[in-house]
Amino acid sequence: MVKWTEEERRIIRGVWEKVDIDEIGEELWARALIVYPWIDRYFGSFGDIFTTTAILKNPKLAALGKVVLSALDTAVKNMDNFKALYAPLSRQHYEKIKVDPDNFRLLAECITITIACKLRAELNPQVQATWQKFLSAVVEAMNSQYK
Amino acid sequence: MVKWSDFERAAIQDIFSKIDYDVVGRAAFSRCLIVYPWTQRYFGSFGNLYNAAAITSNPKVAAHGKVIMAGLEKALKNMDDIKTTYKDLSVLHSEKLQVDPDNFNVKLFSFYCLTIVVAGQMGAAFTPEVQGAFQKFLAVVVASLRKQYY
Repeated sequence: MVKWTEEERRIIRGVWEKVDIDEIGEELWARALIVYPWIDRYFGSFGDIFTTTAILKNPKLAALGKVVLSALDTAVKNMDNFKALYAPLSRQHYEKIKVDPDNFRLLAECITITIACKLRAELNPQVQATWQKFLSAVVEAMNSQYK
Repeated sequence: MVKWSDFERAAIQDIFSKIDYDVVGRAAFSRCLIVYPWTQRYFGSFGNLYNAAAITSNPKVAAHGKVIMAGLEKALKNMDDIKTTYKDLSVLHSEKLQVDPDNFNVKLFSFYCLTIVVAGQMGAAFTPEVQGAFQKFLAVVVASLRKQYY
């Protein structure tokens, strides 16, 4: 498991405190689906997801956004052992949903860009570096059950 | 050749018209050196890069940020043939500077950091569609820089 300094923990919690789970949850899907449109192959049953307007009004995406960010919340609250906690999630994405693991990295980038738009100058280089270290660990945890 | 929609052209031109090249170039390149410290190996002659404060106040870093932005401006002014415009630049990076082309990847290096800096500057105006157009532009730039590697 990754080692965190006190400073890094403080920075990650500081970023996370400013995240509104509902707001960011919707926006991250808008960015992912518009910028990486092939992702829509995973959302066949979600209805209209083809324009930003439709995405931001889509209740299934809103709900899924909350699910994703709640999982991130779990990681923030368990920074020393979330890899084990994520094993069932990873297994589910590998076996059931069959998500190409490259998409975890893309979603992580969309999360960071969404946060950059909200936090602006507060996401300074040090904060960006720490936040990306955290998301890399999350992406690795999501990859852990892939063979 | 790459096709650009009217929206994409307008969005990309708009971004570049709004940013201060000096500020953004320095900010993006500094972030690259801070967030991906192994990229510092290409800048051994730049002096003090020991910590974030040193990097952000280093005048050679600022100057190189300007060089990168000037390169991007060339691409902006020749959007319909970036590949040809970048031929010499690509040769320079592969033969003289010997940069590992992985470093041009949109997910690494200055271009992802540039996206973060632009997002921070534009805030809500950096919509998903604008992000898509900007990332497409950077992807074309990356492909053109890699073109002369063999």
